[in-house]
Parts: sequence; C-alpha cells; structure tokens
Amino acid sequence: MSEQRSFALPDVGEGLTEAEILRWHVQPGDLVEVNQLIVEIETAKASVELPCPFAGTVGALLVDVGAVVPVGTPIITIEMADAPQQAERQAVLVGYGVKEGTPSGRRRRRVPGTEASEGSPAEDVAVAPSDESSDEPVGPAATRTSGPALAKPPVRRLARELGVDLTLVTPTGQNGDVTRSDVLSASGSDPSIGRPGAARPADVQTRSDERMPVRGVQRAMADAMVQSAFTAPHVTEWVDVDMSRALQVLDRLRALPESADLRVSPMILVAAGLIRAARAHPRINSSWVDGPDGPHVDVHGEVHLGIAADTPRGLLVPCLKGATDLGILELARRVQQLIDTAREGRATPADLTGGTITLTNIGVFGIDGGTPILSPGQTSILAMGRILDRPWVVDGAVVARPVMQLSLSFDHRVIDGALGSRALRSVADFLTDPGLAVLVDGERS
Amino acid sequence: MVDGMLGSAVQLLTPEGERVADEDYDISLSNAELKGLYRDMVLVRRLDSEATALQRQGELGLWASSLGQEAAQVGSGRSLLPGDYAFPTYRDHGVTWSRGVPPLEVLAMFRGVSTGGWDPIALRCAIYTIVIGNQALHAVGYGMGAQLDGSSEAVIGYFGDGATDEGDVNEAFVFAADFNAPVVFFCQNNQWAISSPRERKNPAPLYERAAGFGFPGVRVDGNDILAVMAVTRAALERARSGGGPTLVEAYTYRMAAHTTSDDPTRYRHAEELEIWRLRDPIERLKVFLARQGIADRGYFDQIDREAADLAVMIRDGVRSMPEPPAETMFDHVYAEPHEQLERQRRWLVDYESSFTHEVSS
Ligand SMILES: Cc1ncc(C[n+]2csc(CCOP(=O)(O)OP(=O)(O)O)c2C)c(N)n1
Ligand SMILES: [Mg+2]
Repeated sequence: MSEQRSFALPDVGEGLTEAEILRWHVQPGDLVEVNQLIVEIETAKASVELPCPFAGTVGALLVDVGAVVPVGTPIITIEMADAPQQAERQAVLVGYGVKEGTPSGRRRRRVPGTEASEGSPAEDVAVAPSDESSDEPVGPAATRTSGPALAKPPVRRLARELGVDLTLVTPTGQNGDVTRSDVLSASGSDPSIGRPGAARPADVQTRSDERMPVRGVQRAMADAMVQSAFTAPHVTEWVDVDMSRALQVLDRLRALPESADLRVSPMILVAAGLIRAARAHPRINSSWVDGPDGPHVDVHGEVHLGIAADTPRGLLVPCLKGATDLGILELARRVQQLIDTAREGRATPADLTGGTITLTNIGVFGIDGGTPILSPGQTSILAMGRILDRPWVVDGAVVARPVMQLSLSFDHRVIDGALGSRALRSVADFLTDPGLAVLVDGERS
Repeated sequence: MVDGMLGSAVQLLTPEGERVADEDYDISLSNAELKGLYRDMVLVRRLDSEATALQRQGELGLWASSLGQEAAQVGSGRSLLPGDYAFPTYRDHGVTWSRGVPPLEVLAMFRGVSTGGWDPIALRCAIYTIVIGNQALHAVGYGMGAQLDGSSEAVIGYFGDGATDEGDVNEAFVFAADFNAPVVFFCQNNQWAISSPRERKNPAPLYERAAGFGFPGVRVDGNDILAVMAVTRAALERARSGGGPTLVEAYTYRMAAHTTSDDPTRYRHAEELEIWRLRDPIERLKVFLARQGIADRGYFDQIDREAADLAVMIRDGVRSMPEPPAETMFDHVYAEPHEQLERQRRWLVDYESSFTHEVSS
C-alpha cells in the first residue's frame, strides 16, 4: 500500500516568506531517495537546492518553474515507497506559521472581552498574524465589546494621516477591528483609492496581470537608481559622431598580432575617449559627498571605469580599477575579463563597487541615445549608441557615414553646462579623429 | 612543516596521506586509536550533512556546518582528558561529539526546542556560544577558578578567525597571560568570518599574535588530525603542568556556507573550494590507514553503514522531538528565580493560554 505525501516549501533562511522555483531536478514518475536533491529555489538570500524528505516515486510537481510561492506551499507530491507508521506534520520551520490554504491548523486567539461567551470554536475570532487581504471585511462583523479600538499599525497610521479618530469609527473587520476602508469612509474618501489590489466587481479581465518579485540584482538596481535619480539633479547632452576614422583605427588595431585573442570593439575606443576626457577634465570624475559638516566634492585622481553589462542576473556594473593610464590593448584585455567574469556570475562585490565614472553601451540593443541615470555617488555617465550608416554632409555633399550618438548625463551640482559640454566634445573629438586627438593631447580643450 | 599558504604550520600527515616528521611535534597512536579518529570524523561529517538536509526540509531553524573542519575539531576534542573542560562555538560539532554530547541534544537547539541542550557539568563541555568570542572569556574564567581550586584540569576555548578581532578574545588573552591560566585557545582559522576573508583583510598570521600577549602560539595544519592532536596534547599538558596558556591556530577551511542562511557563491570563488577539497581531512587519513594496512575496505564500509544508521537515527529523532512549553525558556536565565522574571513568565503563560488551539503537529 503506498501513501502520498507532499513536501511544503520550507523557510531555508531565517524568516524568509517566499521563494522562486528555479529548476526541477526530477519529473513525475522518477524514483527518489531521502535527501536526493529535487529542486533548486531562489530566496531573497540565496539560491539553494532542496533535498527530498521522503523516499518514493514523484507524483506531481505542484509549482511551475519561475513561480514565486509562499513558504508552506506544497511543491511536490511523493508516492511513498513504504507505508509510513503515522501521518506526519508538514514541517515548514519550527516556530514559523504556515500560510493560509495549507492543511495545518492555525492558531486562533480569543479577543480579550469575548472570553465570557464560553465559546464554540465558531465564535472564536482571529487576530491572526494575517496577510493584507484580511483588511477586507469578511463575513459578519463582530462587535467589539470594550477597550481601545483594534486596528493594525498601517491602518492606525492612515487614520492619523487623515485625522480620523479610530474610536469613533464603526469597525467592520472580521475581528471587530477597524479596517482601511472603515477609516477611508469615515474620512469621506473613496475606499478604493490607494488600493490597487482592491477588486472591482465590474472588472472584466481577459489576460491576467503578472506579479513580478523585485529581488537580488534587480532590487539593487532599483534602489541605486531611485537614490541617484532623486538626489542628483542631472542633465543630459548628446552629440553625433562620424565614426569613419575610429572604425579604420579599430581595423588596424585588430590586425596587430597583440590583439589576436582580444575583442577590440568600438566600446573600447569610447572607453579610451572617456578616460582621456576624465584626465583632461578631472571634475567629471568625481563624487558628491554629503558629509556630516555639509556637502563636498571629491575629485578622484584615478579613473575607475564602471561598465554597465547586461548579464543573465540582470544589469551589473563591474568596475575597471585603475584605468587612468591603460594603453588601448590592456584596456581591451581588462574590459573583456571584467565582463566575462560578470556574465559568468563570478564577479565579487569588490568587482562591482568603487567606480568613479560609468560607460553604458545601449548601441548593442539597437538604440541611438538616451538619458542614462548616474550610478549613485558618481557625477558622470556616458551612453554610446549604435553605429549606423547615415547621411552626413561632407564638403557640401551628402554622403553615407557610420554615425554614432553619445549621450552624457552629469550631475549639475558639480558640473556646469560648459564643463559638461567640453568633456562630451572631447570624447567626440577623440572618436572623430583619434590620431589627431592623440597628437594635440592637452593642447586643445 | 609545509610550504605554500600553510606557511610554518605543523604537519604530520600530508594531504596525500603520507606520514612526515616535524621538528617539534610527533605523535604515536595505536591502530585502534587511528581507526577511531577516522570513524569520529566520518560520523561527524554525516551528522553535519544530515542536519543540513533537515534544515532544508524545514525541520531545523538553522544549521552551521562543520564540513571540512572535522580534523581540527575531533583532533582537539579527542586530545582532552575526561576531566578537562571545553568551551565550543556554534560550529564545533566535532568537539561536542568528542565530548560525548548526544547529537540530538545539539540538534534540539537548532530546532528551537531547547534553549541550550546538554548538561555542561556532567559532560564537561559548555553549551554552544553564539556571541562571537565570548566563550574565550568563559574559558579563562573557568581556568582561573580551576587554578584557585588547585585542580589539575586544563581548559580549551574554541573560536574562529573572525573572533580574534573581538575585544572579548583579546581580553581573554590578557587575563590568561596575567594569571597564567591553564587554557588552550584553539582558533580554527577557516579563512572566513561569514563573508569577510581572513587573509585578504589582514595577512599577519594569527598565531603570531600570542607573542604580543606573552605566551606561545603555534600554527598547525588543521586538516591533519595527527598534527592537531600532537599540538593540542602538548598545549593541554603545558596548561596542566602550570605552563600557562597557548594559542593554537588550526589552519583549515569552511567548506560549506557560513550557515544555512548564507550563500557563499556571492563572495568567494569556486577555485578556492577546489584547492581545499584536495586537502580533505578524512581522505588523507583514509589513504594513510589503507596504505599502512591498518584498515581495509571492510572497515571503511562498516563505518559508512554506521554513518547511514546515524543519519536515520538523527532524522527520526529530530522529527519526533517534543515541543516544550514556551515558558521553559525562563528556566535557566538566572540561577535563582526573581520577581521580574516571574512576571514575564506569567505574562507569557497568560498570552499562550489565550490561544484556543495549538498548531497541529
Ligand atoms: C559579538 C557578535 N558579533 C557579531 C556576531 C555575528 N556573527 C555571527 S558569526 C560571525 C562570524 C564569525 O567568524 P569566525 O569567528 O571566523 O567563526 P566561523 O563562523 O568562521 O566559524 C559573526 C560576525 C555575533 N554572533 N556575535
Ligand atoms: Mg572563520
């Protein structure tokens, strides 16, 4: 006689609430042993592999790859090899509750003042640590007998913000507690305002929405961008560059025996141009620092070049340390290493921090220009667009030329329009005629 | 002596299982003792892997893995005499094993159904200390007490490389030196304090710090159980005979994550792990035992079966642990009851009884 068991998603960290299924290692019908690794999951802290608690045959995989499910959700069923002696509880984590919808019971707490009703379980009211949805009135409202108004902290805060006295509000919550809607109606506001999740009866939906968790690299990117976009007032300037000569130089570079194993791409040349611009105009390679005694600007002696890279883990900006004086081939070699390391997921935190200025290549996506947001703490970021043959006027005649757009965003607290323009122009001049730029190095600005 | 990263570490058994000589240390063990050490390490590793799996299955709240550190822990733990006293950290499962602490009593704490576990007086092994480095002070204090009692026992205090940055450990060094306390400071330098790399942060060898406090320090290949035993025995003997404290730095590696909540792939490279895999403490003893004809296939298989049985015992034992009433957490906070604690206990009992039914279990 075989019996079926299910394995509930455990909390593998301390206090995690959900995880994403990354990969199943087994399929229905497979034989599994105790502790055989069956699935890889990703939590807010780590990606980990889960060992199977039972031996038997895989019945069903209950959660699809890519789905994010709460701790306690059954994820797989196993037909047991041997009939076990007794039914077992679902382990989630000692001390942590199980979410709604799981077979396990839920602790219900009597509300003070209702004890008198010597109750059948039906009369018990839950003040369970609950999810957002329980803000909605569910079932008949219990009347509160006495004591201060019951309301969850966010509801209390809302009431305070709207100037609503909680003790004067008629509670409609399941437990006799004041809900968000109660507060909003007491204040005369529309209860559906500010509740994007509130169901509207008239909603007709043919395609459902997708809820995307924001975690890991994406979360880090979001935080950094918000911080930067809303603290550093930045402006963006752009310029088109005729890349004919730059591409010829690249061809000649690639023909050198030293660059046999190197990817000498236009990006390397743009990086070189940006580093030169930072050398000529050190203030574009700086940080705005809000210190305890007020703000100051650190102008960096070294250029540590951050290079935005699209990796399987999302946008990463690995940083090329000490790029100030690198020759072009060394630059190509180091950039290649840096990006390979990031793409393989092997970048260390040190690789990903410490940049003083950033280059982003949006040309690889077939885009011309944009308004890049500064990396937090930096004052300049350069975006390079795609290189496309375009009509270009040379000596009064329209000819086709490979053209690329450069977009430079800079922190206007540190860099004024004149400096920003000169810096961008110097990158453009370098790309327009690399040879000339090198020859007159430092003599023009 | 060995070269490379280990520097001047004492070594008696190479990673290839070859017996080598050291200028200052040697050890002679019977075949039964050697086989016993192998058995200890295999069983401790199985205990560790089973506990890790149980955590991943929701049966333990947390687990701190001892993987890779078996020789350092078992070698030092088995060097203690029955009357000696050990103060371990949360990772020292090989030490508690050697002291005879039942594995389930260790696991009960990580399951959250016990506030500490075993009887530290009967087993002469303190409960795990989570506060980094704190137990170094306990060890010295206990050692000073033993000294005043005129007892001849030695004390061993365990801590990690990261703990050497803590005030507690440095204060313990000062007191031990000043009072000539009979203490062995056993530092497992497993190269990492969570995500903080020891040698990239501070390349000065840890064992050399002892000199500044006025007592000897020695670095031992922490993955070589023979060298660990030789060095620890000598240090314990020195303590027992009034010679004062010694710092032993066991140079080893944390092969697993810091704890089950940690993801080391975010801060260290796989190459590092590969290098240390070649220095595995169990493998080298196994090769030595086999080459010397001390143990054969039959013996190794028998130990593997014993390990499998241990895993089943642990699995069943953990899953059937009774959950104690919450208020037992107050039982051992103070030696004697007092009103404030009583109030808090009563409050909790009241609160707990306000729930109408328990979580099904
Ligand atoms: C006093 C104190 N500070 C910080 C922590 C958090 N903490 C837990 S483990 C750890 C790292 C300890 O590293 P190490 O001493 O090398 O021991 P290992 O974990 O490597 O065995 C830290 C900082 C703590 N538990 N106690
Ligand atoms: Mg450590």
